[in-house]
Amino acid sequence: MDDIVIIGAGEAGTRAAFATREAGFSGAVTLIGTEPHLPYERPPLSKPLGGAVQMKTICTSEALEAAGIAYHQGLAAIRIDAAPRSIALSDGRALPYGKLLLATGAQTRRLACPGAERTLDFRTYRDAATLFSRAETGGPVAIIGGGLIGMELAAVLRGKGIAVSIIEAAPRPLGRAVPPRFAERLHARHREEGVHFHLGLGIAEITPDAVMLADGSRVPAGTVISAIGVLPDITLAERAGLATANGILTDSFLRTSDPHIFAAGDCAAVSQPGGRAIRFESWRNARSQAETAARNMTGTREAFAALPWFWSDQYDLGLQVAGLPQPGHQSILRPVAGGELEFYLADGRLVAAAGLGTGNAVAKDVKLAEMLIAAGIRPDLSALADPAVNLKALLKSARAA
Amino acid sequence: MTWVQACKLTDIEQEGAIRFDHGGRTYAIYRAPDDSVYCTAGLCTHEAIHLAEGLVMDFEVECPKHSGAFDYRTGEALRLPACENLKTYPAEVIDGEVRVALG
Repeated sequence: MDDIVIIGAGEAGTRAAFATREAGFSGAVTLIGTEPHLPYERPPLSKPLGGAVQMKTICTSEALEAAGIAYHQGLAAIRIDAAPRSIALSDGRALPYGKLLLATGAQTRRLACPGAERTLDFRTYRDAATLFSRAETGGPVAIIGGGLIGMELAAVLRGKGIAVSIIEAAPRPLGRAVPPRFAERLHARHREEGVHFHLGLGIAEITPDAVMLADGSRVPAGTVISAIGVLPDITLAERAGLATANGILTDSFLRTSDPHIFAAGDCAAVSQPGGRAIRFESWRNARSQAETAARNMTGTREAFAALPWFWSDQYDLGLQVAGLPQPGHQSILRPVAGGELEFYLADGRLVAAAGLGTGNAVAKDVKLAEMLIAAGIRPDLSALADPAVNLKALLKSARAA
Repeated sequence: MTWVQACKLTDIEQEGAIRFDHGGRTYAIYRAPDDSVYCTAGLCTHEAIHLAEGLVMDFEVECPKHSGAFDYRTGEALRLPACENLKTYPAEVIDGEVRVALG
């Protein structure tokens, strides 16, 4: 019995299903998703075209069929019985597995203040459809949380001429994933666009027409969006007795504490060479972990080693970050046409890079930086800082060395 | 087939690409490492992103957003999430001028 069952039909689960076939696996593959649609991409949800929320499917039902993937939509896995290797489904059926992939993703964190039930979440197609239909007519919008999702939504709503406030408990927006220089640039741009910031303040209460802050001030809002981050969906794993922390713990091969069960995407906390376990919440990570997990479930033994990478579009600005920039890193600034790049070094070795510019102005250079990081270079700092020094030439000489 | 003057060869970085808009459509024109030129549809087949803003390495162009990749000589989709091939158009250099056949 070597059938593969995948719980979760988001980017990771769906990608993994196809990747088992690309790896030559010929047994049964079953993909289970709780949402009542074909698998769809989440990044386009915050970018409605002409007012309508986009449902960009990851694949067609014909493609699923052609790959021999049995897709069950609108169905939940309610229990894993690890000893007989079987899962219990919400329709009462039991589904046996040889290898199981948990791609359960994450769920939005909920506010705990009075009136929290009045806020809208932003995670699913349904959330997006509700938000954009409400926001068009619902007066000013308050976004709780100045992270990537909150800031991206603010930019989209300002583009529609809607008044927007951002309320953030930390002293600065984008403090978690974005290097300070670019976080400041984006913050400034939002202010220029008319977004009102309320920073370093907790929430006392959400009323039908306002958010009341801890210092007594009142932020008028007809619609309140909660964008305070996500929590990995680890319920099934916990109940099955798998090791969990901030995510389902896996080794570097994306195997959980049960050798027949793997995890990938937003729900997986993957063991790192330094001993920590890290969970990444990004589109590319969901895909690359899914591919590694699929290969490992079908018999290879490949450590997951992809460099984290994400992008964020706000107004006409595009941000890209590769690797994990840390406050302790040495940073080197490089101006480029239409934007700026920053390189991050640890003990002389290039470990991360980020860029902010108009449209995709920094995309090529961040990609080259990613390849330079993978090549393990210890670059000449003045060359990195000098826009006249071609990064492609640096890469070629590094590869030739 | 209608040939259209697009740009000078020197307008395109070697092993690079530029966007070329003509007749209400958008294209990408590539200058290969050997100075030969190629032309493809301008937008990635996965999502409407201008490929000319992506990285060109050898004979490959990578979408600047999702890292789908194509062989720009044939339009073949080389890497997911791109799975549909790009349309290609004849391109040539005459006396340093690049022209493409878009008809």
